[in-house]
Amino acid sequence: MVATFSSTGRDTFVGSPQSRVDGPAKVTGLAKYAGEFAAPDLAHGYVVSSTIAKGSITAVDTAAAEAVPGVIKVFTHENRPRTAWLNYNYQDAVAPPGAPFRALYDDKIHYSGQPVALVVAEDFETARHAAALVKLDYEAEEPLTDTEAARDLAYVPPKKRNGIKPPPEPWGDPEGAYDRAPVKLSQDYRLAIEHHNPMEPHASTVVFEGDGKYTVYDKIQGVSNSQGYLASVFGLNKDDLRVMNPYLGGGFGSGLRPQYQLFLAMLAARELERSVRVALTRDQMWSFTYRPDALQTIALGADRDGALRSLRHDAIGGTSHFEDYQEVVVNWSGVLYKCENVALTYKIAKLDTFTPGDMRAPGAVTGVFAIETAMDELAYATGVDPIELRLRNFTDHDQTAQDKPFGSKALKSCFSEGAERFGWSRRDPEPRSMREGRELVGWGMATGVWESMMMQSGAHAILSADGKLEVGNSTGDIGTGTYTILTQIAADTLGLAMEDVTTKLGDTRLPEAPVAGGSWTAASSGTAVMKACRDVAEQAFRLARQMENSPLANVDLDRVVFTGGRIEVAGDPGRGVSLVEAMRAGGVDRLEATAQGAPDKDFNDAYEAYTHSAIFAEVKVDEELGQVRLTRVVSAVAAGKILNPKTARSQILGGVVMGIGSALEEESMLDHRLGRFMNHNLGEYHVPVNADIYDIDVIFVDEEDKANPLGVKGLGEIGIVGTAAAIANAVYHATGKRIRHLPITVDKILA
Amino acid sequence: MLIESGSPVPADTKVGISLTINGEARALQVAPWTTLLDLLREQLDLTGTKKGCDHGQCGACTMLVNGTRVNACLTLAVMRDGAEITTVEGLARLANPGGGSNGLHPIQEAFIEHDAFQCGYCTSGQLCSSVGMMNEGHAHSRDEIREAMSGNLCRCGAYTNIVDAIEDVMQPGATQGAAR
Amino acid sequence: MNRFEYVRAGTVAEAVQALAADPNAKFIAGGTNLLDLMKYNVERPGRLVDITRLPLDRIEERDGALRIGALVTNANVAYDARVRAKAPLLANAILAGASAQLRNAASTGGNLLQRTRCYYFYDEATPCNKRVPGSGCPAIGGVNRIHAIFGTSEHCIATHPSDMCVALAALEATVQVSGPQGERSIAFADFHRLPGDTPEIDTDLTPGEIVVSVDVPTTDYGTHYTYLKLRDRLSYAFALVSVAAALELDGATIRSARLALGGVAHKPWRNREAEALLQGKPATRESFQAAADLIVGEAKPQSANGFKVELARRAIVRGLEQAAAGTPQSLTDKRIA
Repeated sequence: MVATFSSTGRDTFVGSPQSRVDGPAKVTGLAKYAGEFAAPDLAHGYVVSSTIAKGSITAVDTAAAEAVPGVIKVFTHENRPRTAWLNYNYQDAVAPPGAPFRALYDDKIHYSGQPVALVVAEDFETARHAAALVKLDYEAEEPLTDTEAARDLAYVPPKKRNGIKPPPEPWGDPEGAYDRAPVKLSQDYRLAIEHHNPMEPHASTVVFEGDGKYTVYDKIQGVSNSQGYLASVFGLNKDDLRVMNPYLGGGFGSGLRPQYQLFLAMLAARELERSVRVALTRDQMWSFTYRPDALQTIALGADRDGALRSLRHDAIGGTSHFEDYQEVVVNWSGVLYKCENVALTYKIAKLDTFTPGDMRAPGAVTGVFAIETAMDELAYATGVDPIELRLRNFTDHDQTAQDKPFGSKALKSCFSEGAERFGWSRRDPEPRSMREGRELVGWGMATGVWESMMMQSGAHAILSADGKLEVGNSTGDIGTGTYTILTQIAADTLGLAMEDVTTKLGDTRLPEAPVAGGSWTAASSGTAVMKACRDVAEQAFRLARQMENSPLANVDLDRVVFTGGRIEVAGDPGRGVSLVEAMRAGGVDRLEATAQGAPDKDFNDAYEAYTHSAIFAEVKVDEELGQVRLTRVVSAVAAGKILNPKTARSQILGGVVMGIGSALEEESMLDHRLGRFMNHNLGEYHVPVNADIYDIDVIFVDEEDKANPLGVKGLGEIGIVGTAAAIANAVYHATGKRIRHLPITVDKILA
Repeated sequence: MLIESGSPVPADTKVGISLTINGEARALQVAPWTTLLDLLREQLDLTGTKKGCDHGQCGACTMLVNGTRVNACLTLAVMRDGAEITTVEGLARLANPGGGSNGLHPIQEAFIEHDAFQCGYCTSGQLCSSVGMMNEGHAHSRDEIREAMSGNLCRCGAYTNIVDAIEDVMQPGATQGAAR
Repeated sequence: MNRFEYVRAGTVAEAVQALAADPNAKFIAGGTNLLDLMKYNVERPGRLVDITRLPLDRIEERDGALRIGALVTNANVAYDARVRAKAPLLANAILAGASAQLRNAASTGGNLLQRTRCYYFYDEATPCNKRVPGSGCPAIGGVNRIHAIFGTSEHCIATHPSDMCVALAALEATVQVSGPQGERSIAFADFHRLPGDTPEIDTDLTPGEIVVSVDVPTTDYGTHYTYLKLRDRLSYAFALVSVAAALELDGATIRSARLALGGVAHKPWRNREAEALLQGKPATRESFQAAADLIVGEAKPQSANGFKVELARRAIVRGLEQAAAGTPQSLTDKRIA
């Protein structure tokens, strides 16, 4: 691990709280999002969505829509221009196995809300109006959207999704050990289908540049994925396709894959040879990916002191008919707890819905809710304190991966520091024992875990003659603070002020980097930027040494420091030259480097890398009316090196808030008779509002990790994982009611 | 055409209205069905105001109409003929009426300082809503701010930082222009 | 949203005339519900009559009542000093609803005329007797957690979503309307209808009529009252169950009681028998429970909203307790008193 980015041995910016560099653009409204870029002669597309969930379109009548003045064209499956033939061409960089959905492909309806027509008009209002005049007749079949009803049809996915570890083979004798265990628990757990609902609805603006060239602004968490998809689907040369997305109004996974509005906007732009924007409505945000429901069963066998003897975790998740979406749901149980007899199984079941997708900590939110609730139940069954129970079953090896040690696991510090801050020692474990007036008070805790990953990622650094540095790559800042941390890293690496560094992201003209997701961006892009900056530093150093009467002549690179825009001999600040001088003397007006960051194979062979957390939650439940207030959360996180405590804290706050939504509010409700999500708006799909959120305390415990050159483990997901379990456990402590089916709404409290 | 009391404006006709937008008086031609939000975003390239739901359920389009915070998505432009509009692009000017729009409004500075946003998509609405809330003068405590700001969803979950930023600006001694 | 003619009305007469000229016309004031519905194609008016410039934006006090003009915004009602002093229940109910932004735009008349939030009513892809008479009611047997438990019919189980109207029902307000046939008053209890076999008709208004004001009696319910709202999050959500409770007390004895429930029926739900039952009784939990039992005894829950019956029973008791204690539910301290 690098001790510091700065050659001085002390970072000026990395590790200290820095305000977002994109802050001024965002608070003044100048930051532009995908659906906000203007283009001459821009046409507006409005999507018509299917009203049935399964069946086929029997008739299409677009005459009334086309008769509206200002309507340019109505696209349906009947007049859709040709695009690539093979499924392979539609598989984006992170697609699960299967045949990706193709909008307007044929008359078949695969799910309710499926796009069935695109109305393109001169202005938005006209397109919207005409969309309501498109008449479609359907022949409907009975849909199956209930995971429970599909339970018996579940199967082990034959083709594994890239990057998703299937459950390990069982080890020991889980069934026998369960039967023999003096303490046994077996329960079902479930969480509701959730939709990502970033604040910015998905939108794409395709700017027709003429001559077969396009500039595309797409709501995506990594523009390279959109570029590759468009090139493949439309048979275009990547050089003719510049895809940009400098700002993303939230993704949470919904923007990992190119969504259908991109396909439709490109289809129309190419056919009409003019610029087209397609923005989805909020209700259409229920017409593509979502966090799937999962039917889970956990069976724990333990000794009377809480030591696990048997651990079984089974899950059945939903997927679509056309793709086998997979996520890691059950492995977490084996990663977290030491046990000699373990069986973990994961199946999926086909539903008449769109393909589910990754949503913040995919699989972990689901599986860790179940295991961490079950562990709380075991704590009560054995009379062991929940933290003590977790310590008794603590493991510093990953049993799901050949028992490899963790590169670091400061989870015990999370327990102790979190408990201390929360005041856990003052807890009376008896349910319903703590109250304030009419409210029962409950304290619960849980562990969080997420895999720490790194991806192959490029970045460049360009130092100009005026001493200004530009760094960047094609990944996106999805609100996580990537612009800021890369600026910090670059500034420290080259010894510049942050004001002298500009970070550019979200542009396919920049070196390629993967989509922003999985909490891998800081490590991946950060490493690449650091390397590119070091390359530039070395070039500058060589120029400096070649200067006439150079004060650095005969000095080796490892003896100089880069600081204050200068290259100086370490410990002798007077002996040095400025970067600008060195470049001027060398007769160059820019120094440029492109570098790659990649996972460390040696490390990966030797260690497993995970972030961990301990979450403590306090709820106050009106005993009579069942109203739950979540009054306090402490989230103690072990995530290696923290690059920017300010934006890092915000990442955890955000994860916790989404976890609160998952625990108490969020539920996309299906009418299974219609196969349709019914509460498809932000008035009836409840996400937390300001009044729901009281105090959230974030702790970053010290942890040194060797997972990657930066020692950074990533923060995007860990804040949400386990949060729902901590809350559900607190609700149990308050009320004596064990609620295993999220969200915990008043009906369940009163039941 | 111009609007005359009692006489119908045909559906496909644009009518002349005047709006003062961020201090600038503008004569505009709008169709009756154009919302204030779409007028600004689609016709005037004032995209600072965001469309999050288009149904008054998220608050991303909050702007000040005659100093009062409203959801621009549920407001027909034609009905606001003569109004004074302030969007996120005009907040700085509101704080420094004489000094042009160089600096930032104190609430904008406080949002940056307290990291009161992540993706930035709800931010314009949060900012205008904060200023509107201060204009209203009903919220003083942290609890009251949380309730009064509950019409602005933030999916990134920056709520506690948003309240910190607002409290900072509302504290006695904070810049006078803050609550204007 | 369809195209529509736009008419700006300068006087009430002009508004009524402009409406009468087109059977497919609608008034628009705050627009917070109508534009919402138009964007979903649930409402497709051919003409919008803009009434925001009518002189109906004042609150006046006369003859023991507050006359609230139809165009006074929800916020201006809630924060009006006279309303807060003489009808604080109304102020609290309004502030329990929607968001500050919506309350700044929504009008008094519009609040009365807002339509149900039933998922199926809002979704053109599904049948709905309220939207398309005769097409059916999939909410029955469907996703109906938020639906009505009182006064439903086999054609419709929708609820009225207003908070303000629940208080107006409890306070026995009167709605003043004007129309082609002149002016008339409608008792609040008669203003909204039950769905019956015409769920498409929400109110007693006849075609062409306009709400001009709402008269709220300035009663003695200014001390012992509460508006208690239970919902799926702590703000900015429609009521699962809400209770407007107001008492007049002689010492520890109830002289008179008013009680209305929101979120449970096609209109603010009142039960005069229960109110009568409370009269002359001691202001105790036992009395409140008896009234609550009487009210929820009539409940007919749907497949997924059975919890509302018990929730309503408990909320009524708590609401009456709050009213008796003179500790109305705080809007910002979310602990329920």
